[in-house]
Amino acid sequence: MTLQISTSVDARGLSCPMPIVKTAQAIKPLTSGDLLEVLATDPGSVKDFAAWSRTTGNELVEQTTDGGVFRFVLRRK
Amino acid sequence: MDEMTSPPLNLILFSGTDDKLQAAAVLTAGAAALGRPVHLFLQYWALDAFRADHIDRDHGLAPEAGSQGRAAVDALRAAGQASWSETLRQAKDLGGVDIQACSLSMDLLHLTESDLDPLVDGVEGVTGFYLEAGDGPMVFI
Repeated sequence: MTLQISTSVDARGLSCPMPIVKTAQAIKPLTSGDLLEVLATDPGSVKDFAAWSRTTGNELVEQTTDGGVFRFVLRRK
Repeated sequence: MDEMTSPPLNLILFSGTDDKLQAAAVLTAGAAALGRPVHLFLQYWALDAFRADHIDRDHGLAPEAGSQGRAAVDALRAAGQASWSETLRQAKDLGGVDIQACSLSMDLLHLTESDLDPLVDGVEGVTGFYLEAGDGPMVFI
């Protein structure tokens, strides 16, 4: 099943904490249940996104890695 | 986390070098992204760095950086790292970030509010700072 992505954030090349900051900004205007896709290259982002998801309640529904690029899919709380 | 009830993270910024301001900006932006309120209190040389006519200038690095540290910081910046002032602007955009200038430091540096960058929300004394700080942790940078 392919997930229906509402918005994408390209945070590749951005250093900590910008991928999370851009994600927090982008998820705000979405409605509950919408999916947000984020691409990041910051190696700290794997732990950061897990922690951010846990703290904010926005579920991390998918996480993959492809050649140094991390892809996260989050569901708006 | 509940934004309304969680106590703020209180960062007292004293040093005015770019590395320490960058570290403070990163801590601020991370907390803001988690929905946690952040309260910044600007004293001495950190306040000087927030002057509207100074903010984009090179503020140097802490002495322990040395020449290797200088090169490392420059490389990160050349790779596109946002400046500390830009990081703080993004953090403020998320909401919950309050930046206050220490009134004693304002006197020391002969500054008025109009001399400061718009990132600064106001001026407060140390009593006002403690009142706003509540039970939140305090970090001196």
